[in-house]
Amino acid sequence: MTDIFGIPIQVILGQLLLGLVNGSFYAMLSLGLAVIFGLLGVVNFAHGAFYMLGAYATWVLLDVFGLGYWWALLLSPLAIGLIGIILERLFLRHLYKVDPLYGLLLTFGLSLIAEGVLREVFGSSGQTYPVPELLQGTMDVGFMNLPIYRVWVIVSSLTICFFTWYLIERTRLGATLRAATENPKLVQAFGINVPIIVMFTYAGGVALAALAGVLSAPVIQVSPLMGSSLVIVVFAVVVIGGMGSIMGSILSGVGLGIIEGFTKVLYPEASNIVVFLIMAIVLCWRPAGLFGKE
Amino acid sequence: MQISRTNIFYIVLLLLALLAPWVGVYPIFLMTIICYAIFACAFNLMLGYSGMLSFVHAAYFGVSSYVTAWLLTANAWSTPGALLVGALASTVLGLLIGLIAIRRSGIYFAMITLALAQLVYFVCLQAPFMGGENGIQGVPRGDLFGLISLTDDLSMYYFVVVVFVLIFLFIQRIVHSPFGQILKAIRENEPRAESLGYFADHQKLLVFVLSSTLAGLAGSLKTLVLGFATLSDVLQSTSGEVILMTMLGGAGTFFGPVLGSAIVVALQNLLSDRVGSWVTVIIGAIFVICVMAFRRGIVGEWLAYQDRKRSA
Repeated sequence: MTDIFGIPIQVILGQLLLGLVNGSFYAMLSLGLAVIFGLLGVVNFAHGAFYMLGAYATWVLLDVFGLGYWWALLLSPLAIGLIGIILERLFLRHLYKVDPLYGLLLTFGLSLIAEGVLREVFGSSGQTYPVPELLQGTMDVGFMNLPIYRVWVIVSSLTICFFTWYLIERTRLGATLRAATENPKLVQAFGINVPIIVMFTYAGGVALAALAGVLSAPVIQVSPLMGSSLVIVVFAVVVIGGMGSIMGSILSGVGLGIIEGFTKVLYPEASNIVVFLIMAIVLCWRPAGLFGKE
Repeated sequence: MQISRTNIFYIVLLLLALLAPWVGVYPIFLMTIICYAIFACAFNLMLGYSGMLSFVHAAYFGVSSYVTAWLLTANAWSTPGALLVGALASTVLGLLIGLIAIRRSGIYFAMITLALAQLVYFVCLQAPFMGGENGIQGVPRGDLFGLISLTDDLSMYYFVVVVFVLIFLFIQRIVHSPFGQILKAIRENEPRAESLGYFADHQKLLVFVLSSTLAGLAGSLKTLVLGFATLSDVLQSTSGEVILMTMLGGAGTFFGPVLGSAIVVALQNLLSDRVGSWVTVIIGAIFVICVMAFRRGIVGEWLAYQDRKRSA
């Protein structure tokens, strides 16, 4: 048996895997947050609520409609994205010209509403969701047994993150999007409907959060409170990475997940706060964040 | 001597507050409102007069209430000492958090304070003397210098009213002082204030710490009134409540936070037994309505209406 600092290597690898799973969720959520902030100038406090709604939609699809995981992977982000479109049209659209603090406060209020309603409808206790049949079990990679579902979460969410990065940084559509971030009036003058782009960007960011919710449903308890604590960690991740950079938010999301996993092995008491401590250190050293430009 | 209409309003309100327990208003309820009013007024120094949205104020409120409760129960301190040390604890915390948070402004500042508040919450959850999920129960009120016993609700009530009036006047003094004017200048145009020779970060840190002291004092008083300190005081939702109280009443007005806290506390008392989780939904809905329809808050809109009437 190999030990590192007296801790069996299997335990370390197990926590590393868990850390990677959490890191993938952080990456997906902070990515959406960064994209929305870039174009709308709104810090979407409701991001955690959308993540939670995505997980609940998954659970409801199975429990009420009998539609399984693969359907949920498609339908949940669509449904939540649609909610995002409605909220953007009804509320957020009117706040682009005022202080960005109002956008934060509005989405804070919206997330309270979502949390309260779900707690009333489904109760405070968590629901469990089965791992889909295709992804059950473990695979033996020699030194440890990897749970297949966790590997699936990491691979699929990193693929989605990379795809989003590619879409924004390397395609024509992404170029339009970035141009609209820089100078919406000019882009509008070229005959591009900027308000529609803004609306779909919000829906897209929200759908990413919902997708993270679907992926997380089989590994955590689906509960009304699952989003509100996560969104604060994701805020810290975004502050550490620097809000402007898409790759930065992906890298810092995954990296912080891994660090959190290691902390759980070495000093479990600090695992809840390690991300916030790192944020404080980064702020003292590089106030703009690791990848941000002042 | 000319007494302005605002001052007449305040005097009438104070008389009503002094009379209220005699006409059958429950003193604990009033004291809760006043404690939250102090809390919201302290918060208003940040949001209203300096334009900084902080999500960390629950940490001050909660931590100082814990410190006061701990000193009174486990260490049998005197009441004034426990109150002051409680406020001192939140001052130190405010200084530490302020030094980190003021490195960014605007929306980043809000996010950083939120993350640091979560840090404080987890520390409180695990700190051994804070009693974990249960908090600290059975805090004695004690007396003031051996002269006035606070065990009686009525004497406690008048003590709370006196503290509130002093803090309210103190905040007015600060806002109207040169320091208050500099804060306003920084809020409106930070680079310009800097170019006039004011070191914005120092001024912002100063108001941040001042606000944390007063918020802490509010928390300590609340512990004394209700006799316990709980984890929920440190929670992010408490920061949300104080933001709502300030916004609903009117950020940047003197009376707004007081009115806001009266409305929110009354609403919570009225509804919590009857509707359960819907309280959260209603609070969220008020947030949405405030942001969408009246960003100046009730008092702010009233003042704006008066202005329009005068100029018309």
